[in-house]
Amino acid sequence: MPRQVIFEGRIENLSILDKDGQVDKKLEPKLTRDQLTGMYRLMVMMRKFDEKALNLQRQGRIGTYGSLRGQEAAQAGIAFNLTKTDWVVPSFREHGVMMALGLPMHLIYAYWKGDERGNIVPPDLRILPASVPVGSQLVHAAGLGMAMRLKDEPSVVVGFAGDGATSEGDFHEALNFAGVFNARTVFFIQNNQWAISVPRKRQTAAESIAQKALAYGIPGIQVDGNDVLAVYAASKAAVEHARSGKGASLIEAVTYRMGDHTTADDQKRYRDPDDIAYWLARDPIDRFRKYLVSKKMWTDDNDAALAAEMTAMVEDEVKKLESMPAPTPVEFFDHMYETLPWNLREQREAFAQGDRS
Amino acid sequence: MSARTTDKTQKLTLVQAVTDALQCAMREDPSIIVLGEDVGLNGGVFRATDGLFKEFGADRVIDTPLAENGIVGSAIGLAIGGFRPVAEIQFTGFVYPAVNQIFAHAARYRNRTRGRYHVPLVVRMPYGGGIHAPEHHSESYEALMVNTPGLQVVIPSTPYDAKGLLISAIQNNDPVIFMEPKKIYRSFREDVPEGVYHVPLGKANVVKEGRDVTVVSYGAMMRPSLEAQEFLARENISVEVIDLRSLVPLDIDTLIASVTKTGRLVVVHEAPRSCGFGAELTALVNDKALVHLLAPVERVTGYDTIFPYAILEHHYLPDRERVVAGIRKTLDF
Repeated sequence: MPRQVIFEGRIENLSILDKDGQVDKKLEPKLTRDQLTGMYRLMVMMRKFDEKALNLQRQGRIGTYGSLRGQEAAQAGIAFNLTKTDWVVPSFREHGVMMALGLPMHLIYAYWKGDERGNIVPPDLRILPASVPVGSQLVHAAGLGMAMRLKDEPSVVVGFAGDGATSEGDFHEALNFAGVFNARTVFFIQNNQWAISVPRKRQTAAESIAQKALAYGIPGIQVDGNDVLAVYAASKAAVEHARSGKGASLIEAVTYRMGDHTTADDQKRYRDPDDIAYWLARDPIDRFRKYLVSKKMWTDDNDAALAAEMTAMVEDEVKKLESMPAPTPVEFFDHMYETLPWNLREQREAFAQGDRS
Repeated sequence: MSARTTDKTQKLTLVQAVTDALQCAMREDPSIIVLGEDVGLNGGVFRATDGLFKEFGADRVIDTPLAENGIVGSAIGLAIGGFRPVAEIQFTGFVYPAVNQIFAHAARYRNRTRGRYHVPLVVRMPYGGGIHAPEHHSESYEALMVNTPGLQVVIPSTPYDAKGLLISAIQNNDPVIFMEPKKIYRSFREDVPEGVYHVPLGKANVVKEGRDVTVVSYGAMMRPSLEAQEFLARENISVEVIDLRSLVPLDIDTLIASVTKTGRLVVVHEAPRSCGFGAELTALVNDKALVHLLAPVERVTGYDTIFPYAILEHHYLPDRERVVAGIRKTLDF
């Protein structure tokens, strides 16, 4: 038998705004002024939330926190394509997506303060809580996408993870299940270049993460993750693909974690300052502002007003966080099962009565 | 609880009772789906899902890719998305890849979201030795599951219980690890009612009443336990035999009432001894019935070794002789 080529793969990278905010006219999505400034608002909201979280952590008012700084375009670009009936299956850095869909900020802060009540998502939202075991949430996203397909619900499931998670078996099992079962799932990988201290090139010898989609028989695309228009356009296509029943796909958003992995980390131990400077020049918010200004949709005055509005909003949410009544310690027994078995009832009662034996 | 049993019964083996439970429950509730390796047209490697694919189709009896973690993880997603998945792990020895999903997610969702989300999931897995199987096909990991808050652990020993317990497990709103004693999958038949009925989780069965000593076991080890009871009855030794049926929730009242009466306890399981379920039962009796004890609690268990290959497995597994010896030890104390 002769040798024959049975498969040839091709992966595109999509970029619409360059680092100076110059737009590629042919690729520019048709969005209204309200939509464009709405995206900008989301990104600024995320950054203000994030800056406050870092402050709160330094002051001991919340615990260890994972910053999303630098990933605002990636998160706003996908979130802008979702509605409240879509499912968000986050990793632990998707605060931006969560708040974009309407999760109150004080609940997100509460999670990072170490309060499970932060995971009580309002009933009109389909956001799962942060998932700490890296990549493990992606199989839930596959299963939820299978559920939407089986019920023929036009809801889309977005499973989030970072570049490090693509080395976990869960990533591969999730893409494989989603491909085989035609799940209504979009896998959205924020390749922020670093898994704590380990660079992207140590996660895979492959040229891109996006190309891994090809092995699972689903479409994949790489986008400039600091270009909100590119992320928006790629996400729109992937979300429509899933919503219309055509199945799963993978987006690799190439971005950069501007901060430490978490507040317990020190990036100076392993990152080159030149690397940080390179990415600072590609800040997703600055870039998009330049674009809006060039389109005469945004001014410095608008910017000052927005910053003031967002700062006030964040302060208000912190007030809500800090006026939450302290949880009753006994609560940690109460939701272990729908009906508590005798041993938990016994432990709960002894605990409630102050028995510390 | 629905009770649509007819007076009719059929003679079923334990594995047939599992199939019957799935079929009856699935007929009643379209949100129940089965997923796993070879569960479709093949009906599962032990035929536990025989005929379900034909009746319910590929969307409800789902042959998955060969990945235990993916099976349980996607089942968690399906559960949160409105289904009641019943996932099959082909052998308990293969559950390790799925343990991350079972421990880190299925068991935790309800509490960490303070009830906002829950996971109505059953993970079925044939467990235990005695069938001369290859390596990794004979393990009993119930203690691992019991030590994970948020899980319920159910182990039937008869066809009647297997059906009633599995239906209760499927209709339960929290994850249930349903461990099936494959050694006795086909070893006997008994009358099993047609249609849906329930054996509640957390209710032990006093299979034989007795005065002198209590033997507590579950699953495949009920058989040597009952053989020992019969053997010693000839010597006028009266053994009470309790089948726990579920380890979580545990029927503590039945256990303590029995030990209070007899003053002696022998626990029988095939899993390794150290930190096995017998250790927990010993501690519980220590807490709640110490003054009634006439002898130390005796554990008749597997050894703290890996499970031996087929030709030595009968030396590892507790049998009638070892249970009898354990009982005598408590009587001679």
